[in-house]
Amino acid sequence: MPEKFDCIVVGAGPAGTACAYELAKAGVNVLLLERGEYPGAKNVMGGVLYRKMMEDIIPEFYKEAPLERPIVEQRFMMMDKESAVTFSYKGLEWGREPYNNFTVLRAKFDQWFAEKAVEQGALLVCETVAVECIVENGRVVGVRTDRPDGDIYADVVVLADGVNSLLAKQLGFHREWRPDEVALATMEILKLDKNIIEDRFNLEPNQGCTIEIFGDATKGIVGTGFLYTNKDTLSIGVGTLLSGLIKHKMKPYELLEYVKNHPMIRPYIQGSEPVEYLAHLIPEGGYHSIPKVAGNGVLVVGDAAQLVNAIHREGSNMAMTSGRLAAETIIMAKAQNDFSESMLDQYRMKLMESFIGQDLKKYKDATHHFERFPQYFEQYIPMMNRAASQMFTVDGTSKWEKQQKIWRDLGSTKQKFKLARDMMKAWKVMK
Amino acid sequence: MLHIVACIKQVPDTKIIKMNPKTNTMDRASAPAILNPYDAHAVEEAVRLKKKYGGIVSVLTMGPPPAVKAIKKCIELGADEGYMISDRAFAGADTLATSYALTKALEKIAKQRPIDLIICGKMTIDGDTGQVGPGIARRLNIPPLTGVKKVVEINKEKGYAIVHRKLEDGYEVVKSQLPCLFTVEKDINDISFAPLPNMIKAARYQPTIWTADDLEDVDRKQLGLKGSPTIVSKVWAPPKPEGGKILSGTKEQQVNELLSIVLEKKELFV
Repeated sequence: MPEKFDCIVVGAGPAGTACAYELAKAGVNVLLLERGEYPGAKNVMGGVLYRKMMEDIIPEFYKEAPLERPIVEQRFMMMDKESAVTFSYKGLEWGREPYNNFTVLRAKFDQWFAEKAVEQGALLVCETVAVECIVENGRVVGVRTDRPDGDIYADVVVLADGVNSLLAKQLGFHREWRPDEVALATMEILKLDKNIIEDRFNLEPNQGCTIEIFGDATKGIVGTGFLYTNKDTLSIGVGTLLSGLIKHKMKPYELLEYVKNHPMIRPYIQGSEPVEYLAHLIPEGGYHSIPKVAGNGVLVVGDAAQLVNAIHREGSNMAMTSGRLAAETIIMAKAQNDFSESMLDQYRMKLMESFIGQDLKKYKDATHHFERFPQYFEQYIPMMNRAASQMFTVDGTSKWEKQQKIWRDLGSTKQKFKLARDMMKAWKVMK
Repeated sequence: MLHIVACIKQVPDTKIIKMNPKTNTMDRASAPAILNPYDAHAVEEAVRLKKKYGGIVSVLTMGPPPAVKAIKKCIELGADEGYMISDRAFAGADTLATSYALTKALEKIAKQRPIDLIICGKMTIDGDTGQVGPGIARRLNIPPLTGVKKVVEINKEKGYAIVHRKLEDGYEVVKSQLPCLFTVEKDINDISFAPLPNMIKAARYQPTIWTADDLEDVDRKQLGLKGSPTIVSKVWAPPKPEGGKILSGTKEQQVNELLSIVLEKKELFV
């Protein structure tokens, strides 16, 4: 007779591990399954970890977790072919406890986090793929793994199996994602001397900087480029909606090469050496794409539930919080020995009341809007660059005349109205 | 019932390890620690023999606390029990001191349950000496059978084992008394895909850990660095082969050019 656990969590990323950690801490007998050789072996993100949501789980984790640099500056580049308008905020309060966010390398961080869950009593089994949920009488009662004698049972199964979530799909919780519901991110880790990083990005030791790059980084396709500082490496990457890549017949690695060689970016990474190449799908469907997240004996968390705020590049924080909320629900369900959908559906309510539901609702149409109207990335960002160039070039032209030129550059009256309308629309989807 | 003990070691993965160019030593932090691949085959063979003849498989290792991971790997492969000796007194041991410490641990295990067969990997991939297995056999005064590539029969009642030993130009069939010690080649078996219950057992498993004080009749002078007469005078990484030529052109041109090179340098290919 196969063993039965209180709970099986499928996937040891931030969502699954957070869930397993909280459950184990509460004395729940939990099995954490991971398909990779170790947690983090298969996980990819640009690299920003948010302090608050992690601290909700492990207070003062930053004193021992393998982090790269606390971020003290966030830059946003609106980039054209050979120019960029950059906004930035740098605040030294972010460089002190309790910090705001950190750059991390997932292969190290996820491993550490999972070890913490194991210390709490979770049982971690790696190199094991959950291939399907075992369903009996309309309820999930366990999972089938790819190993011999691989069936394993539990009162409740948490699906933290990432963006494609084959298990949630098998249960009919979601269909295959459409190409405009997922982004494809490709990135490289570039080795560069610590001192050079600090010089180039204007940093002190143990300070980090993030740069988000819009516009030409993606050749106008909806998405962003990013460049983050780690201890002695840089993370550089590009993420664009899959639909955009298909439409423009671009290969993801071509975009990455393009960004690496862009005259606005090249000087930052000059002399560095690639040490790792990663690529992954990111769920960016937002609010409208959130699938069914609770069923009889089953919950869905993290990327598997499309919990990513693409506008603010937040995902791992939502993953952790969703894992924690799932754990809370399971602890409650266990107290009443009721793992039915109506009981577990409280997780969905908690999720929607939290910042996750609120934020995803706020931006529910944003990505889709920019996908539908490519002029923001294709036309308005170059326009912004031309305006800045015009205004700041000192060539004896009067400032008044410069303003007129910028005004003329916006096009005919009709085009100006369209621009104004587009700005209103953008405000509406973002507000 | 057979009691088989596999001696194993956790090693840095030398396939990807980097050498420190200044000191010519291995940069151990640059590679993950793994179960020595030859030892994985030793454990696999022990588990297969257990399945065939019945019995118990124990594994033994000497190493720092993180080496528990290597024992867990053996539990995944189907070992029943794990023992580890871990103590600063063992640190810096060469093959002589290692085989001494392991022998003392084996004697302690044998007191609890007599050992019929010891299986070691042919060698470790970090030291490449292949001396520890035969060293243990010599100290226990049992026959060492090195280079075993097939186990034909184990007969506990009649007290013998028949194996194939790999030779340069074939193999020899050897019959030995039991207990004895095998060191095994990689081609002795293919590592099985561990069943899930083993994985779960391994995740929970905590081996028995002994310090030097837990072992009996130990001559401390023979342990660790003190007991290691080996002097490493120089270590260097083999130079990377230079030269080589990449052919270009159409397939026909490349084949023709390759053939002419082969003919020109035919003495290299004899």
